[in-house]
Amino acid sequence: MNVLVKPTGMQADGETAPGEVLLRIDSVSLSFGGVRAITNISFDIIKGEVRAIIGPNGAGKTSMLNVINGFYHPQEGTITWRGKVRRKMKPYEAASHGIARTFQNVALFKGMTTLDNIMTGRGLKMHSGFLWQCLRVGPALREEIEHRRKVEEIIDFLEIQAIRKTPVGRLPYGLQKRVELARALAMEPELLLLDEPMAGMNLEEKEDMSRFILDVNQQFGTTIALIEHDMGVVMDLSDRVVVLDYGRKIADGPPEEVQANQDVIDAYLGVSH
Amino acid sequence: MAGSPVVERLDEDTFPKFLLRNARVFADRPAIREKDLGIWQAWTWAEALEEIRAFALGLRGIGFSAGDKIAIIGGNRPRMYWSMVAAQSLGGMPVPLYADSVAEEMAYVLEHAEVRFACVEDQEQVDKILSTSDALPKLEQIVYDDPRGLRDYDHTRLHSFEALQEAGRAAMAADGSLEAAWLDGIKAAKGSDLAMILYTSGTTGRPKGVMLSFDNLVISARNGNAFDKLDEHEETLAYLPLAWIGDYVFSIAQSYIAGYCVNCPESLETVLSDRQEIAPTYFFAPPRVFEGMLTHIMVRMEDAGPLKKKMFDGFMALARRVGERILNGEPVGFRDRLAYALGEIMVYGPLKNQMGFTRLKVGYTAGEAIGPEIFRFYRSLGLNLKQLYGQTEASVYITMQPDGQIFGDTVGTPAPDVELKIAENGEVLYRSPGVFVGYYKNEEATRATKTEDGWVLTGDAGYIAENGHLKIIDRAKDVGKLTDGALFAPKYIENKLKFFPNVKEVVAFGDGRDFCGVFVNIDLTAVGSWAERNNVNYASYQELAAHPDVYDMIQDHVDQVNRDLAAEPMMAGAQIKRFLILHKELDADDGELTRTQKVRRSFIAERYAPLIEAIYDGSTRKHVRTEVTFEDGRKGAIEADVEIRDLTIHPSSGGGLQEAAE
Repeated sequence: MNVLVKPTGMQADGETAPGEVLLRIDSVSLSFGGVRAITNISFDIIKGEVRAIIGPNGAGKTSMLNVINGFYHPQEGTITWRGKVRRKMKPYEAASHGIARTFQNVALFKGMTTLDNIMTGRGLKMHSGFLWQCLRVGPALREEIEHRRKVEEIIDFLEIQAIRKTPVGRLPYGLQKRVELARALAMEPELLLLDEPMAGMNLEEKEDMSRFILDVNQQFGTTIALIEHDMGVVMDLSDRVVVLDYGRKIADGPPEEVQANQDVIDAYLGVSH
Repeated sequence: MAGSPVVERLDEDTFPKFLLRNARVFADRPAIREKDLGIWQAWTWAEALEEIRAFALGLRGIGFSAGDKIAIIGGNRPRMYWSMVAAQSLGGMPVPLYADSVAEEMAYVLEHAEVRFACVEDQEQVDKILSTSDALPKLEQIVYDDPRGLRDYDHTRLHSFEALQEAGRAAMAADGSLEAAWLDGIKAAKGSDLAMILYTSGTTGRPKGVMLSFDNLVISARNGNAFDKLDEHEETLAYLPLAWIGDYVFSIAQSYIAGYCVNCPESLETVLSDRQEIAPTYFFAPPRVFEGMLTHIMVRMEDAGPLKKKMFDGFMALARRVGERILNGEPVGFRDRLAYALGEIMVYGPLKNQMGFTRLKVGYTAGEAIGPEIFRFYRSLGLNLKQLYGQTEASVYITMQPDGQIFGDTVGTPAPDVELKIAENGEVLYRSPGVFVGYYKNEEATRATKTEDGWVLTGDAGYIAENGHLKIIDRAKDVGKLTDGALFAPKYIENKLKFFPNVKEVVAFGDGRDFCGVFVNIDLTAVGSWAERNNVNYASYQELAAHPDVYDMIQDHVDQVNRDLAAEPMMAGAQIKRFLILHKELDADDGELTRTQKVRRSFIAERYAPLIEAIYDGSTRKHVRTEVTFEDGRKGAIEADVEIRDLTIHPSSGGGLQEAAE
């Protein structure tokens, strides 16, 4: 099995969709010692779509996201990002190439304000030197104002003006999730990875979040890959769904099709042996 | 500061005319500000005129003409205000709606008002209108302010505010006579023309459209400005619903007449911090806002260090003693004045800064009774907080409290040009230049409310106290009589008792009975914290409510209320003779309260009939069983022995009104 799979280029999965392929996962396998987290998975993400990755617990969804944003390095297979094959990539490289993400458990700086947290999302886009920034004059100040403006636009977009100056640790969970989304958006990503954006939210918060995800997709044209357990949300939001189970891909296609797939139903409900 | 001499001239009688004057006289002064992307953006009067003109001409371009009505649905945004004046400049009428009302309610008003145009804030409102558009054949064009999410909508009858303004500017550039025609239209308008239609929320039945003329609004607003000496230097915060008459009067009418600046907060949640930044000089809020602020301060002071706490307590005690007297200009000893000045630096100043009241010249509260303690707290800090009594049908002002004559339990003397009288049944009637033209397409309702010679029935019962101030006691239809003929105003008694923090809800009975009896609901938070401090153990609301010490405490409160009532000649007859503490909390899930937390008196009377019976048959204990609905919808029953206590009735000591009011 230890065959090094060569990049196969833009090979469509049999379906034709408008827009070019932004990210392509090709026969990727990932294992930790003897545990195979992901086995020979291939799928692609087309620019401008909302792509959902679903599956039962332990199916390898989060591992998949970690592979995409360079946190894990697959032993086998290739990842093609904007037409370029990459094998190993550090998370910060992925970030500077336009991949941003949020986490399953909120990973914000709890003692910092919402504003400061979102400003950290601009870090990669700051160009003035350390000394200039310490002095905060001339070009550094101009740059900071420019970044602050962008951040304010995101605050306005996600309607979190009221918590601008509130330390994140004091916010309710639903709002923290929104701040995390704001920080990811501050990077102006091309691909946004959302790891269970609705987990632990009440109905109203879920509705708000769904609204924001759709707005991000439509207004900024950001491509979104999301992991979510709430099937209602997945069916409403996503253009295409890929289903994983025990590290394997068991289905891939539009929501209605996936919903009717017998393998998917079996994976979720279990089958008698 | 009586304002510039130009302001005193009375040439202008419509708001578009005031706009033209302000653009000339106050060209460089700010007219309106909005916090956008975290920064306050200001438009001067000259700029506001340009924006309104461009929009008005754009609106004309899509067919708006004199007599047309335009629905305004949205939050407090400059463009929402501009669209109202733009419509008026074309001889049309704005019909502002509550932005949070559901689509069906909106559809009724839109249909009834026969609007052909709507100017709305965002996608949410556009969606609401489109969802009911089948029922609205008359509605032709929709204008929106915020384009977010609307890009893919069908734009045949949908226009962005900016696009209309651009069209207006282009039309003006192409045709030189267009602006002159617009100005001529404004000049031709008269004060007697209809300025707007406001739909009252209508607690019973369908909302009614109150038609107000420019004269109504201009004269009322001008009187309001003169009464409190407001001029172009004022700053206000616009945060109350556009569909409420108060917002129109404070944010447009008085602003346009005096030339002062209106500030639009970033969002409803940021009002507190935005107020701190703006520090309004003229401010209105319903009582619950002031209550909320006071609670917030007190809770935070509990967490303060001992030194700060001591300082706060000390200076607040001083403020309670002399603060209000200093504010009223009464003589106060030199030492107290000195100490108060020190307190201003140490405590009052920072407190006012926290609340955003550093520059407050006059603040108003209205709508409901405000707790005397709360009212006094603000006044003792040197804040000129006053009460007013008003109605949509009166263009707000009916009575106002003149400076120096502030009493917590009365709502003031008749506003300038307002005549007041009390009907046989105790209902308050008024006549003023602000009295509305009529209800739109509802002659019957107009006749029922407004008499031939111009008197308007308020629906509120009240009387003129000995100091000449109006006192409102209850809704006229709720006021009853005891068997001995004494006046019984349930809400008045309930409110008095509810001002005690330990009391959450009260239901008073007595109409057609021998005496007044009340049901009390204790406030679990307040009484619970008392129990904690006094080592009283309890397992449930029911157990705490039945505790003898709690009964003693509530008895003290009721006795205090009786003493207050005894001091008022009109009310002395309806003192509370017997009370009980209910064994369960009144709950909207059980239908005892409305969803807005108002007591449903008749329903409670029916549900707790055995307890009412027990109050009036003299028994001291009563066993009851009550069905309850739990939060998850299951049903259960609570059984309890409820104690009923008697109180002594205080002899009427009329004439003590002033004292009670202080």
